[in-house]
Amino acid sequence: MNASEKSRYVIGIDLGTTHCVMAWVDTLSDADENFGIVDIPQLVSGGVVNHFPQLPSFIYMPGSVEFEDSELALPWGNSSGRIVGDFARKLGIKTPTRLIASAKSWLCHGGSERYQPILPLSAPDDVEKLSPVTAIQQYLQYLQSVWNDAFSEYDFVSQEVVVTIPASFDPLARELTAQALEALGVENFSLLEEPQAALYSWLLEHEQWREQLKVGDVLLVVDIGGGTSDFSLINVQEREGQLELERIAVGNHILLGGDNMDLALAYSMKQQIEQEGHEPLQAWQIQGLTQSCREAKEALLSDDSLQSVPVVVASRGSKLFAKKAVRAELTRSLLEQVVLQGFFPKTSITEHPVTVKRGALVQKGLPYAQDAAITKHLAAFLSQQITSQQITSQQTSQPGSDHNFVQPTKVLFNGGVLKAPQLAHRLIETFNDWLTYAGAEPLEVLDNADLDLAVAKGAAYFGQIRREEGVRIRGGIASTFYIGVESAMPAVPGLAPPLQAVCIAPFGMEEGSAVELEDAEFNLVVGEPVQFRFFGSTVRKEDAVGNVLESWQVAELTELPEIEVVLSEEGYQAGEQVPVTLAAKVTEVGTLELEALSRAGTENWKVALDVRQPA
Amino acid sequence: MEFNFSFEQAIILDPLHVLLLFAVCALGVSFYWFKSKQKPIVPNERMTVNLEAGKSLPDESADSKVADLLQLDPKSALQLLSIFQQEARLLDFLQEDITHFDDAEVGAVARVVHEGGQKVLQQYFQLSPIRSEDEESAVTLAQDEFSAQAIRLTGKVSNQAPFTGVLVHKGWRVAVIKLPKLAEGHDPYIVAPAEVEL
Repeated sequence: MNASEKSRYVIGIDLGTTHCVMAWVDTLSDADENFGIVDIPQLVSGGVVNHFPQLPSFIYMPGSVEFEDSELALPWGNSSGRIVGDFARKLGIKTPTRLIASAKSWLCHGGSERYQPILPLSAPDDVEKLSPVTAIQQYLQYLQSVWNDAFSEYDFVSQEVVVTIPASFDPLARELTAQALEALGVENFSLLEEPQAALYSWLLEHEQWREQLKVGDVLLVVDIGGGTSDFSLINVQEREGQLELERIAVGNHILLGGDNMDLALAYSMKQQIEQEGHEPLQAWQIQGLTQSCREAKEALLSDDSLQSVPVVVASRGSKLFAKKAVRAELTRSLLEQVVLQGFFPKTSITEHPVTVKRGALVQKGLPYAQDAAITKHLAAFLSQQITSQQITSQQTSQPGSDHNFVQPTKVLFNGGVLKAPQLAHRLIETFNDWLTYAGAEPLEVLDNADLDLAVAKGAAYFGQIRREEGVRIRGGIASTFYIGVESAMPAVPGLAPPLQAVCIAPFGMEEGSAVELEDAEFNLVVGEPVQFRFFGSTVRKEDAVGNVLESWQVAELTELPEIEVVLSEEGYQAGEQVPVTLAAKVTEVGTLELEALSRAGTENWKVALDVRQPA
Repeated sequence: MEFNFSFEQAIILDPLHVLLLFAVCALGVSFYWFKSKQKPIVPNERMTVNLEAGKSLPDESADSKVADLLQLDPKSALQLLSIFQQEARLLDFLQEDITHFDDAEVGAVARVVHEGGQKVLQQYFQLSPIRSEDEESAVTLAQDEFSAQAIRLTGKVSNQAPFTGVLVHKGWRVAVIKLPKLAEGHDPYIVAPAEVEL
């Protein structure tokens, strides 16, 4: 791409589980502050439009009589008739069966559900349903309209767009996000991991960052949002005399966040209220209580001098003083018991989340974290990453120590939950307990100015420094990928042949690079779809292309949706067998592409990252 | 389905309506505090200076002129009423006869009104006091600091600056107001729709 083709703006989009934010950098501006956050117009009630920096990631599918068309008008019209943002969330409190929420988590966790119109999950048959992919596309389309309304001379699709995704997104979820952008017609876009975006935002705000980050530092990025928690480790090293940042590990996608804390508080309060003789609370009262608990929690967490905050749910009728009003006090001791002990217990580095095998009959839903203790998830993350050779012995405990874990020297917090100073302090205390016990120095906290908007800002900034060749975080792909191959052995009736995992893409493969699995050859029949089992690992980082695993620990490899290849019949006879090898490529956008190459080297076929049922 | 509606620009709010609603809201939420602390609150929106000493009152102005009185568009007032009802249940609160409820009950409801009302103020208004001095302290106002709209003189009102007196109320000025935009077909007279659960 030559310079004249580069867009004036880089748009950074934080496509969050609970909120979306859109930021921009003006690459032609010489002003000190050449970036900004787009205020997002959205319905706040019928016929009323307001602007907020955040767009709640909710879609409400209104019934045909619920609103007159004019009540849903937006500054750019509203051809979909759907409600997105603040009003959607409010309506969903009272009518949850028409509300689409957490579409992003479905994109990552759903199997074949990713394309199927399943959302809203519990909607009756007469409600139009969207697939998780379409829902994500709807948010992006909404942001596109917002942009085009605000920057009418600079069409969204011709600007460079950087969209952030959880570091733990699997290849298919990345691919689907990319497809959603392509479907909108965006010409130039890339994907960026959220924790990296948070760090870019910090770099943007700290010109003197080289005074704070030194060679040998290991930075832990902890991102706790409304619905998910994500961790990443970034190494500060030196290459050719320059400081270099390298993302060396990412954690699993944990469905656990601030909303869980509010719910936990509300249910504790409910119990307390009912024990005091109140009749059992109805669903709408629990909703109100959750809202009220969130505010009380924030008040208590930001003001140490408060001992309790009243929680009131007024009656829903016009008689405010009806007997149904719920009154209670959220005390500091209950808050500490539920939020601090429940979500941030001071546990040791060796205590990891407990997972209980779920019963065979599990209602369709997202795999929410079973263990609410975020500190245990962090301990597990730091302990699992120890196998990585990229982390030098200096940063880990002495040999023979019983707590063998990665010892971060710096921490960067992100996400709305950690705005509460008490929670951030609690995490710091816990980290420092672990570090002190292992004989290491306490870690230093990098201050993040705006935990809600940093990711979008960092994404836009990333687009800019990529053009200017500023400091970049190297990372590449965040997992090692394997295909499952049945080992060749004599058939034993009633016994499936053992499965081997063959590494097809190593950890850290960078954008624009490709590898070929030369040693393994497969004979594929032209015209017949062939499926491979597909695995990812965030902890096995040393495996090179072609490495064959005969066995592995359950926690090491995560099975992903099966991948599929069909050799097209062009140039071949139907039923003909063609020897192929597999190759992996990481695109400039940041997605993983798999290909089948004919042995003759003349042809290639795309391997789909999923087995899509014909629509 | 394709439609496109133009929006009225955020209506520049007529200050009279804002002040009126503020007064109503302040009265409402101060009820609880008034009862519990037995300390009266002056519901006066202007800064008030009580003059200690003054000269004679000015002559009645000779050139009396017919003032242009504006009849303001009620939409923004209705919108504000609707917002205060939605967020703070203000209409429900004020429409109720509270004489036979005890202070604890009123107090609990006042929290709902106060919490929501405060959110509305923070979200849509930026307020600043007109004078920064402590109330009940002495102030002296030079001619260039004085404006008859922003400062209400009471007591022994003189005709000539500087005015020396006691700051009774520091006053409030709305520095910024940003109300949501309304769709053209929206009926602002429905300040709270009836709700039917199916």
